[in-house]
Amino acid sequence: MLALSLIMQDFLRANIAPVMFVAMIIFLLLGYPVAFSLAACGIFFGLIGVSLGLLQPALFQALPDRIWGVMSNDTLLAIPFFTFMGLILERSGMAEDLLETIGQLFGPVRGGLAFAVIFVGAMLAATTGVVAASVIAMGLISLPIMLRYGYDKRLASGVIAASGTLAQIIPPSLVLIILADQLGRSVGDMYTAALLPGLMLTGLYALYVMVIAVVKPHWVPALPKEAHQKGSALQKLFRLIVVLVPPLGLIFLVLGTIYLGIATPTEGGAMGATGALLMALMRKRMSLSLLKQAMETTTRLTAFVVFILIGARIFSLTFYGVDGHKWVEALLINLPGGQVGFLIVVNLLIFVLAFFLDFFELSFIVVPLLAPVASALGIDLIWFGVLLAINMQTSFMHPPFGFALFYLRSVAPPKVTSTDIYWGAVPFVLIQIIMVALVIIFPQIVSVTQGAENATEVPNMNIMDTTDSGDSADKALDQVFKK
Amino acid sequence: MDKLAPMNFLLKLSHAIDALNRRVAASVIWLVLIAVLVSAVNAVIRKAFNLSSNAFLELQWVLFSAIFLFGAAQALQLNQHVRIDILSSRLSARARVKIELFGTLFFLLPVAILIVYLSWPVFVSAFESGEVSANAGGLALWPARLMMPLGFVLLLLQGISQAIKCINFLRGQGDNPCLR
Repeated sequence: MLALSLIMQDFLRANIAPVMFVAMIIFLLLGYPVAFSLAACGIFFGLIGVSLGLLQPALFQALPDRIWGVMSNDTLLAIPFFTFMGLILERSGMAEDLLETIGQLFGPVRGGLAFAVIFVGAMLAATTGVVAASVIAMGLISLPIMLRYGYDKRLASGVIAASGTLAQIIPPSLVLIILADQLGRSVGDMYTAALLPGLMLTGLYALYVMVIAVVKPHWVPALPKEAHQKGSALQKLFRLIVVLVPPLGLIFLVLGTIYLGIATPTEGGAMGATGALLMALMRKRMSLSLLKQAMETTTRLTAFVVFILIGARIFSLTFYGVDGHKWVEALLINLPGGQVGFLIVVNLLIFVLAFFLDFFELSFIVVPLLAPVASALGIDLIWFGVLLAINMQTSFMHPPFGFALFYLRSVAPPKVTSTDIYWGAVPFVLIQIIMVALVIIFPQIVSVTQGAENATEVPNMNIMDTTDSGDSADKALDQVFKK
Repeated sequence: MDKLAPMNFLLKLSHAIDALNRRVAASVIWLVLIAVLVSAVNAVIRKAFNLSSNAFLELQWVLFSAIFLFGAAQALQLNQHVRIDILSSRLSARARVKIELFGTLFFLLPVAILIVYLSWPVFVSAFESGEVSANAGGLALWPARLMMPLGFVLLLLQGISQAIKCINFLRGQGDNPCLR
């Protein structure tokens, strides 16, 4: 008996990192909330590590510090700000106006309604950082019109879901903010780097619709004459200008202030939220109960998202303590094919994991393990972050976390089945994969500007505890500078 | 002695905890709006009048911390915390509630107790030493330090309430706490 337990102890001592990793997967698969399962796994293995003499008992004293690091991280404030802005915007009617006017503009062309959806999707994506708002609006406004004039159900729903996910890659995307935080890079640099890939994706979506318009014209018919809006060209132009003002104003409030150095990306979110609130008030779309609803949803989402991060930080306290990151690094760094081999494996991994984990879990649990390996292989972390963001965008387009699909389902008419919506998204998931491949083959698509590190940082804002802002990221940062 | 008496007491406790966390959440949601306005106004004032206040910058993350620390218990009550349920969704409702009870007792409660136990002294020492943030014109830190144990006490209480509801369901009474 004694001998057996000694053998067990020796085995654990030598392999605690992989054992802990497997245990984490089992803990998570139980189906108890991720945040607490991760934290429990961290503490459980912390106790084992201490009893085996691998870790100091003082390790646990660092726990409050880990949570404090999450509390005093003002980048994460972007989560409630952008969520709140998205929820308010959803109610403001701005997207509806845009879709109606732009739909009229493009409608007479074959595939025109689909182009309008893509264009408005990109426009809304540049306004807000979350998916919900645009998909719901487009599902409500454009889908019925597209169906009425004979668009293919799958194509119509696919275009809408995919265009909604553009909010995840076109700045001011919340995904980019979170990834920048986890990778220890500046949000501004991340935004600059993601701009071209975001626009290219928009272009690829449009290209796909163009190809369909040639190959399967009956899927994307032009609006018949009688559906055209009355009015002279001048009136149409005027209407267009009128509807373009609010989104352009919001884009300025968020992105403009960030790029001009007036606001940090976090404050940009607050500016946008204030702007959206004012706009909704002016349009008389706001009521106390709507405001409360938006605040409630924001509070809940912020709580569960940040708790996943807290859980991940508690897990990683032990995992890094037993050199788990070195184990992962050794595992990944020796992959055949060097950089490219690593990138292919990582992208396959993220793509597959996206069927099980949502974007926040991927960013908080998986990305910190990958970042040090990437920078050890000489991969720029901003470039890497944008690549991951494009890849993770797929997770919004397929079950089970395909929020874009759920949002669309919630507003789509019954004759569009869930199967239609799922199949409709498939070509766009493929486009996403093509884009990932393009970025790997032509890395210059993602422009990495190294110079202006933290250019948008507020002066004199030495928010405490920077040592705690992602140990992996700090190490990764060191490695980048060494190279 | 009525055999049901202890369970009745526990259910009352559970109701009381739920009500408490509902109230907390109903107030906390307003912090979202306040944080948005503080942040936006702060950015404008900094640029327009070249006035930078570290106190305002710090207030933002203190509000943010309050939102998630005090909002987490209500999120638990409403079953909003994200799970990976690809396997558990195939199980019966009873089996899932058993997992829920197990997770509450062995994952959530120990984590919450440990964090309360470890973070309380941090608050006490911040309070006694009058710890102020390292930034010029920064805030006193003890209120933020206090929020951590408080938030986890609320979470701990909600965990107890959830466990009671699970037991009640497994005894064949009450609603399934995993369904909302």
